[in-house]
Amino acid sequence: MAGCNSCEDVELQNRVKEKKENYCTFENSGKPTGLGAIKVVMAGQPNVGKSMLINALSGTNKGKVGNFSGVTVDSLEVCFEHHCHKFDLIDLPGTYSLEAFSQEEIVAKDFLLNEDYDVIINVVDSTNLERNLLLTTELLELNKKVVVALNMADEARSDGIDIDLAQFKKLLGVDAVIVSAKNKEGIDELLDTVHTVADNAREPNNLVYSDFLEEEIIKVEKFLSERGFSYKDLTNREVAIALLLKNEKVYKQIHENPIMVELFPLIQDALEHIYTHLETKDINEIKAIEHNGIARGVVLEVVNQKAQPKSLSLTQKIDSVLVHKLFGLPIFLLFMWLLFQATFEFGNLPMEYIDSAIGAFGDFIGGFISNDDIRSLVVDGIISGVGAVLLFLPNIIILYIGIALLETTGYMSRVAFLLDGFFHKFGLHGKSFIPLVTGFGCSVPAYMAARTLKSEKDRLITLFIIGFMSCGARLPIYVLFTGAFFSQSVAGNVLFLIYVSGAIFGLIMAKLLRVLVFRSKDEPFVMEMPKYRLPSFKLIWHTVYSNAKGYIKKAGTFILLASMFVWFASNYPKNSNLELTYQSKIEKTDSSEEKKSLALELKQKELEQSYLGQIGKATEPFFAPLGFDWRLSVALEAGLAAKEVVVSTLGVLYSIGEVDESSHSLKEIIAKELTLPVAVSFIVFVMLYLPCFAASMVFAKESGGFKYVVYLFVFTTTAAWVMSFIAYRVTLLL
Amino acid sequence: MELTKLSKGQKGVVKGLKASGALKQRLFSLGIVRGATIEVVDCSLSKATIEVKIGNTLVALRDSEAKDIEVEAQ
Repeated sequence: MAGCNSCEDVELQNRVKEKKENYCTFENSGKPTGLGAIKVVMAGQPNVGKSMLINALSGTNKGKVGNFSGVTVDSLEVCFEHHCHKFDLIDLPGTYSLEAFSQEEIVAKDFLLNEDYDVIINVVDSTNLERNLLLTTELLELNKKVVVALNMADEARSDGIDIDLAQFKKLLGVDAVIVSAKNKEGIDELLDTVHTVADNAREPNNLVYSDFLEEEIIKVEKFLSERGFSYKDLTNREVAIALLLKNEKVYKQIHENPIMVELFPLIQDALEHIYTHLETKDINEIKAIEHNGIARGVVLEVVNQKAQPKSLSLTQKIDSVLVHKLFGLPIFLLFMWLLFQATFEFGNLPMEYIDSAIGAFGDFIGGFISNDDIRSLVVDGIISGVGAVLLFLPNIIILYIGIALLETTGYMSRVAFLLDGFFHKFGLHGKSFIPLVTGFGCSVPAYMAARTLKSEKDRLITLFIIGFMSCGARLPIYVLFTGAFFSQSVAGNVLFLIYVSGAIFGLIMAKLLRVLVFRSKDEPFVMEMPKYRLPSFKLIWHTVYSNAKGYIKKAGTFILLASMFVWFASNYPKNSNLELTYQSKIEKTDSSEEKKSLALELKQKELEQSYLGQIGKATEPFFAPLGFDWRLSVALEAGLAAKEVVVSTLGVLYSIGEVDESSHSLKEIIAKELTLPVAVSFIVFVMLYLPCFAASMVFAKESGGFKYVVYLFVFTTTAAWVMSFIAYRVTLLL
Repeated sequence: MELTKLSKGQKGVVKGLKASGALKQRLFSLGIVRGATIEVVDCSLSKATIEVKIGNTLVALRDSEAKDIEVEAQ
């Protein structure tokens, strides 16, 4: 370690810039200088603060943290520098056990069993050690290098839980560090320990099983040692345990060894003893009983806990209200209603300022450009299009804050509990609630969150209806249209109604899919209800910040390009004949009224014969029964790329068609140009039709093929068309 | 007796699991094994879903899963 001491006092930040020569070597592991990244796998049960620990370790905020199973949906790698060593941190989805249950647990299991890595950091919740140790024992049986991070030390202390670290390490024969990811406590020590463990040879663990099992282990171990058997880097005791607990990997690899001839009867005999002792032949149950015994024993000896943890009692108290038989659901609906009210009310406050600022900015920039075409491209194309999207940033931020709160406090699992009975009737699983609610933010993470569902058919049904949960990108369209046609006081309610009716429609479709397409047996509903935790401000900030940043980035790149494209397609091809005819017509008349209306007619004619107009016209018959003109049709088609483009397209189309420069606001134009039935019909269509291109790609990946995207397209388009038609006709009658 | 027979606030000791396969495994990994103490904390309006406590863990179960857990009331 001598070589490393010189590096220890160098500032972390400077280290990145330093030359390769300064990089230390792994003195014992023989890895190449400077390249020896320690590959660390983070494994733990759900809700143990694993991602938060990764953030603390890496000092960056890359992982997403949450308080319900399924937030860390994919393996992600975060690299950072520590003591001149690179650590590759691999964050696995939370898993209760290596006997995988859900799809994302399979990801974790496969990685732990089959991939190559140096050290496992097993993150455990110190306030719930007994259950967490069930996974720890399984990990120790993998015979890999393990460091246990006893996380949430802060919470444990306030709960009056005292853990005897030395005794813990001794009993399990494993390195362990007390940490608090939240308070950044024990982080350096954890890294040091991982470093040391990675550098040194693996130490066998110290798991002690029940007496009768130990007896058999010793017998098998003795037999192996007498024959001079050795297998890889495992001790004969480890081989004996693996054989008795029916470790498939070990069996597969040594079954051709001649020693098996003598070994088999011995093991058979041993297993018979174990079976009679535990009155079961189910090896998984035997393991479960053994692991539980070890966990209970360890907790008895190392945990000093006087009463039930305070945080758990508090959780139960809160639950008695939030999961109340009668009030639970109304309280949930109230929360959702408040969220949409806030989204509209607070979101609209800065809107006027942003709107007029964008208008003024457009005029200001336009003043510098003399070329008519370029000015039109910049002002009517880029600024109108991007501006129309940026306008809704405040609404988006509020919506994301709400969803982040739901996610991080642990309330989401309660809602799944409350809704399971109801969801079950619609052929959904209570857990489907989590991806569905995520869908109100964005469909992309929602599709991925559906991985928590175990049953393939539950998952597919959920995937198919996620799109009906209106995502954040559709919000601007709703805000625009409700703002244009409803008074400020009811617009929030209308917004809530839009979201609720989308959700209800989704449920009905789920039932339909369950009955007609995805028939299957009911999937069990077993779910941990994590303790309530106060959301950390940093966490909420991080989630909202990264989502808002993504939104702005999209506006500055994708939407910008789309706006330019829409502008081009709506201005070209130019028809000089048309222009000339109208010019002469305008010159002939004296009345300024007449001139104005002729100019407007010219603009409209030009738009209609543009590329965009042609596309719109070609598809108009399809949309005509829904009351949409070609402009709305084009906006919807553009929305297939991204929902934000709908508003930006409308912004471009209507700002070109508008000759009266005094009204800048798209809202005013729309209120003037469209009727209420058309608006309702349009909202319904937007609510139900295909999610954006990016989401469709993720959908294809998660559902298992592009053919499903075709199904989704047909399914959502039909639904959208039929429902819009009904909505249009019904509103016309009113 | 079945876990569903316990009333709210009552505790029992797990005697066996009638479940099989993945469900059984999931119950194991949440600490629901023979000999574990389990307490019914809450249940939903129609008793379709119940909330139980094992050690320091709160778990939600559907009625049909709870029926698979054999307990002896304490």
